[in-house]
Amino acid sequence: MNLAAIRAIYVFEMSRFFRTILQSLISPVLSTSLYFVVFGAAIGSRIDQVEGIPYGAFIVPGLIMLTVLTQATSNASFGIYFPKFIGTINEILSAPMSFLEITIGYVGAAATKALFIGLVILATSFFFVDLTILHPVWMAAFLVLTCVSFALLGFIIGIWAKNFEQLQLVPLLVITPLVFLGGSFYSITMLPPAWQTISYFNPVVYLVSGFRWSFFGQSDVAMGLSLAMILLFLALCLGVIWWIFRTGWRLRK
Amino acid sequence: MADPIVRIRDLVKRYDDGFEALKGVDLDIREGEILALLGPNGAGKTTLISAICGIAQPTGGTITVGGHDTVRDYRRARALIGLVPQEVTLEPFEQVARTVAFSRGLFGKPRDPALVERVLRSLSLGDKMRTKVVELSGGMKRRVLIAKALAHEPRVLFLDEPTAGVDVELRRGMWDVVAELKRQGVTIILTTHYIEEAEAIADRIAVINGGRILLVEETAALMARMGQKQMTIALADPMPALPERLAAYDLSLSQDGRSLTYTFDTRAERTGLTRLLSDLLATGARVADVTTRQSSLEEIFVGLTRQEEEAPA
Ligand SMILES: Nc1ncnc2c1ncn2[C@@H]1O[C@H](COP(=O)(O)OP(=O)(O)O)[C@@H](O)[C@H]1O
Ligand SMILES: [Mg+2]
Repeated sequence: MNLAAIRAIYVFEMSRFFRTILQSLISPVLSTSLYFVVFGAAIGSRIDQVEGIPYGAFIVPGLIMLTVLTQATSNASFGIYFPKFIGTINEILSAPMSFLEITIGYVGAAATKALFIGLVILATSFFFVDLTILHPVWMAAFLVLTCVSFALLGFIIGIWAKNFEQLQLVPLLVITPLVFLGGSFYSITMLPPAWQTISYFNPVVYLVSGFRWSFFGQSDVAMGLSLAMILLFLALCLGVIWWIFRTGWRLRK
Repeated sequence: MADPIVRIRDLVKRYDDGFEALKGVDLDIREGEILALLGPNGAGKTTLISAICGIAQPTGGTITVGGHDTVRDYRRARALIGLVPQEVTLEPFEQVARTVAFSRGLFGKPRDPALVERVLRSLSLGDKMRTKVVELSGGMKRRVLIAKALAHEPRVLFLDEPTAGVDVELRRGMWDVVAELKRQGVTIILTTHYIEEAEAIADRIAVINGGRILLVEETAALMARMGQKQMTIALADPMPALPERLAAYDLSLSQDGRSLTYTFDTRAERTGLTRLLSDLLATGARVADVTTRQSSLEEIFVGLTRQEEEAPA
C-alpha cells in the first residue's frame, strides 16, 4: 500500500475544503434550517405525527441523508473532475499508485467532507426539534456507509463527465429525484401500493429507512435489508471503478 | 555494456480514433546519459513519453524501466521516473512548496520539507515557496513542474519540450539545470524540435518522425557521419565566371566573384577535395583563404525525413 500517496491526495483535497469551509457549510446549514421551518413548522403543524414520531423529528434523518448524498456525490465528482480538467490527473496516473489507492484518497476526502456536513446538520437539528438517537453506533455506521458509497458514485460521475454541464446535470437529474422519492419527508407506507413497489427499486429508500431506524427504532424496510442494499450499492460502485482503471476509460489516453 | 535504464521494444500506440501514433518503436536509453528525442510536431514524442510514464496505454510492445516492466511491475518502474509534461498543468491556488511536497507524497516518499526547499532553491524558486502558483510567471511555472518531477528523487527524468516558447535566457537556464542533474547521475530524456538544443546538450540523439525512430546516435558521431560540409574558398583575384574546367564540380561562385563554395559529403568515399583544388589552381586562380563549415543538424534532419518519405519501410 502506498500510504504516503493516499495521505497526499487526502490532505490535499481536505485542505481545499477547509480553505472554503464557510462556503462549504453555510449553504447546507441554511437550506436545512429552511426545511425545518417549512416542513417541520408549517406542514408539521398539520401532520403532527408519522408512525408515532413527531413530524419535525421524523424528517431529521431524511434531511441529513438529502444533504449528505448530494454533498458526497458532488464533492467526489468535482474532486476527480477538476484534475482531469486542468490536466494534473496525469501526475496521479504516472505515480506508483493502484486504482484502489487513488480511489481511497479522493473518495475518502469527499466522504469525510460529507460526513462533516452531515454532523453539523445533525447538530443544527437539535435547535429545532427534540431528538433522541436510539442506536447511535448504527446511526454513525449508516452515515459513513452512505457517505462512502455516494462518494464512489460521484467519483464515477466525475470520471465520466466530459464537461461542467454533465458534471452538474447528473446529480441534479438523478440524485435529487432519488432522494425526494426516497422517503426523506414521508413514510413509504403512506404511498399508494403501486408507488410503494416502485420505491423499492430506489436505493435511497433503504438508506433513509435504515438511517431512520437508527434514530427511532422503526422503519419501512427491515434494517438488515437496508444494510445489505447499501453494501451491494457500494460493491457495485467499486466494481465499476475497478473496471474504469483497468481499461483506462476516460482517464488514460 | 550495462543494461539500459529504459528499454523499449516494438512499442505500438494506436489511439481510440484508430490513429497509430507509434509504429513499433525500439529504443534503449543508457543510464546517466542525456538523450534528445528530436522530431517535428506530431512525430509521436509526447505519445512515447506518455506510454513510458503510464499516462497512455500502449497497444503493443514492452517497456522496462530499471528492469521493471511498466505494466506488470508499474509501481517499481514508475517510482524511478520523473515527468515534466509539455503543458503547464498545475493546481492554480496551491502554494509552490505544497504542490511540490504533494508530488513527493504521490510517489510514496516520506515528507521532507528540507529536500523540497533544496530542490526549489536549485531552480531559483527559493523565494517563491509560499507563493500561489497563479501568481508566477510562465518560466517560473515551468520550473515548478521540474521541481515537482524531482521531488521524489527520480533516476530517470523526462522533459517534454522544456524550452518550447521559452526565451533565450530561460532556455540557457534550463540547459544548466539539465547539465547539473546529469552531474548528479540522473538520466535525462528531453524532447525537442529545436535542433540546436539537441546538439548543444544531448549525448545522443534519437530522431523520431511519423511514429518511428529513424536513428539513434551519439551527437558527435551523428554530426561526423551524416554531416555535409561546405568549403568556402576565398580568391585573391575576382573570378568573372566559373571556368569550363570546374563545371563538373558542385560549385557556386559568389556575386562579387571573390569566393567559391563547394558542398561535399563527409560520408562519401571521395570528397573530391584534392582534385578540385588542383583543378582550381590549374586555372591560374590564387587562393587567399579556405574555410569549412559543418552543416547543422537541421539540415541532416531534413535530409533524413526526406529519405524516409521517399523510401517508406
Ligand atoms: N489523444 C489522441 N487521440 C488521437 N490522436 C492523438 C492523440 N494525441 C496525439 N495524437 C496524434 O498522435 C500524433 C503524435 O502526437 P504527439 O505524440 O503529441 O506528437 P509530438 O509530441 O511529437 O508533437 C499526432 O499526429 C497527434 O495528432
Ligand atoms: Mg509533444
